[in-house]
Amino acid sequence: MIKGLSGTTIALAAAALTTTLVVNSTTAVGQGQAAYRAPRASDGHPDLNGIWQAMNTANYDVEAHVARAAMALRAGPYGPLPAAPVLAMGAIGSVPGGLGVIDGGGEIPYKPDMLAKRKENQEKWLERDPEIKCYLPGIPRANYMPFPFQIFQSSKAIFFAYEYAGAVRNIYLKDPGPAPVDSWMGQAVGRWEGESLVIDNTGFNDTTWFDRAGNFHSDKLHVVERFTRTGPDHLRYEATIEDPETFTKPWKITMPLYRRVEPNAQLMEFKCVEFVEELMYGQWRKNPLPR
Amino acid sequence: MRIRLLTLTRAAVVAIGVASFLSVTLAGQAPAPSARPRRPAAPAAKARTAEGFPDLQGLYNTATLTPLERPDPNKLVLSEAEAQAIEKTEAARIERASRPSDGGRDAPPVGGDGSTGAAGNVGGYNNFWIDRGNSTIVVDGQRRASIVVDPPNGKVPPVNAEARKRAMAALRATPTSDAPENVETAARGAYDNPEQRPLGERCLLGFGSTSGPPSLPVLYNNFKQIVQTKDYVMILVEMNHDARIIPLNKPHAPAHIKKWIGDSVARYEGDQLVIETTNFTDKTRFRGASENLKVTERFWRADDKTLMYRFTVEDPSTWSTPWTGEYPWVVAESDDRLYEYACHEGNYALGDILRGERLLEAEAAAAQKK
Repeated sequence: MIKGLSGTTIALAAAALTTTLVVNSTTAVGQGQAAYRAPRASDGHPDLNGIWQAMNTANYDVEAHVARAAMALRAGPYGPLPAAPVLAMGAIGSVPGGLGVIDGGGEIPYKPDMLAKRKENQEKWLERDPEIKCYLPGIPRANYMPFPFQIFQSSKAIFFAYEYAGAVRNIYLKDPGPAPVDSWMGQAVGRWEGESLVIDNTGFNDTTWFDRAGNFHSDKLHVVERFTRTGPDHLRYEATIEDPETFTKPWKITMPLYRRVEPNAQLMEFKCVEFVEELMYGQWRKNPLPR
Repeated sequence: MRIRLLTLTRAAVVAIGVASFLSVTLAGQAPAPSARPRRPAAPAAKARTAEGFPDLQGLYNTATLTPLERPDPNKLVLSEAEAQAIEKTEAARIERASRPSDGGRDAPPVGGDGSTGAAGNVGGYNNFWIDRGNSTIVVDGQRRASIVVDPPNGKVPPVNAEARKRAMAALRATPTSDAPENVETAARGAYDNPEQRPLGERCLLGFGSTSGPPSLPVLYNNFKQIVQTKDYVMILVEMNHDARIIPLNKPHAPAHIKKWIGDSVARYEGDQLVIETTNFTDKTRFRGASENLKVTERFWRADDKTLMYRFTVEDPSTWSTPWTGEYPWVVAESDDRLYEYACHEGNYALGDILRGERLLEAEAAAAQKK
């Protein structure tokens, strides 16, 4: 205990500290650190240009999870063991734990019958995870895969390019109306709300996942993202996820994104289509390699 | 909205490229003016970005009826009447192809109907797919008969002995980024492995060098989007959602860092954006080029509706001289949209092509036993 401070002062200090923490973990602006005023881009809005990357385990599972031996498991004599197709990967194929990115540390509010589908997705992970086949990642997953992505913000356009699978999305700055066709990356319409770029995403198909843990959605998915600069090299990323066919209520994820500050940082080419040809088509070679 | 292709995610069919270009016979030969020197840009073309760069941003349509190479070496410039004749021919083709088909018609004959290219054969492409524009290109007020302007005969120079030797030594039915499907790739053994199929069929790059560099117009999906920031130029190629991310005033990546679409660096020179690209993979093989390929592209705004695109291709291991082409990128119409080109996600064709060949082999083996 610090001498000379009255009980009231300590209580106030504690309250102030609590307030700061709460403010930092919510979308509030105008107070504490969240009031960081970003340098302006040529469009007069906060400058989001740069190469960004998440640093968490959300791509394994957006919910809280402990580390485990592998993504694909089978029953062993004393508990789950790596399934045969991933056994050779050893520790490299194991899964790091994480406390999840869902606000409030909660779980995804699946409708009861939808939980069964997630379980099935997990059991058939090797067949079903779109990432295994190098399919386009969808939103929000593209933003927290273990690859960097780049935001191009000019006075006329905002454009996202992702290293993974060379995925892209143009952010419409004028609403073109309902998406004319469903797509993997959806239709993105952006607007500025103070310090935040808010992107309203619709027009998704039902084939992308949220992570490797089989968390999924229907083609009624609606994602509202907020990108807010919280410092020279940090963005706060928030996404509110709504899908009345799959979830009982909207849920929200929040995470920091980090600027790749290396002087030579750049998006490398990652055309994984080539990398999965053997997996997807190798059995139809004239002389198939042993499997 | 003009007829254009909506790329559905299940659409994995890939197409004839170079072979699809209109081959036009021209009458009324006049002495051929060569490509004129650049005229000063119109005032409208002086638009600048906030950073002071020439403003090239927007959505562009690069479709054109003008082929890369022209049949008549002496005639770069078309008369208005000649250009209109080409456009009328295409308009008539579209009109014919758009008529309702007979619901009671039979399936195409086994092996195709005898017509060439993917549009014939087994009926792979109907008019829904095809969008190569409805006009010839206009450069400096001239209607043009070819994209190639140098050599002055409007033809890509023949590949040299080294390139021929390389091609011979390569795997049978070498895939190229602009292979006219069904033509070079139907050789014996060309269906043995996925790697032997053209890059377009594998959804690795669009066919016909649509991504480039150099970027060439193709049968469909000819949209490009350009975004310029303080430090980068981004050129999105509709097919296959390839974003060319080009840093300004930076050195190239190390020589051994090879990329499918090369490593590009950019600089501004007055009203022009200049992009230089090297470090291609030895699998890209633009028209038989080696990994020593170097492409220099220049963009400038000709007027409010037009971006000019000029490219020079150099590869001493392939061509004895550099060669150059130019054509306009035309601002897309206000209701034009660039749709997601999810090719690999719906690529049932590649597996089916290989499986089909294995089936034929099994049938042939069974027939032999009898």
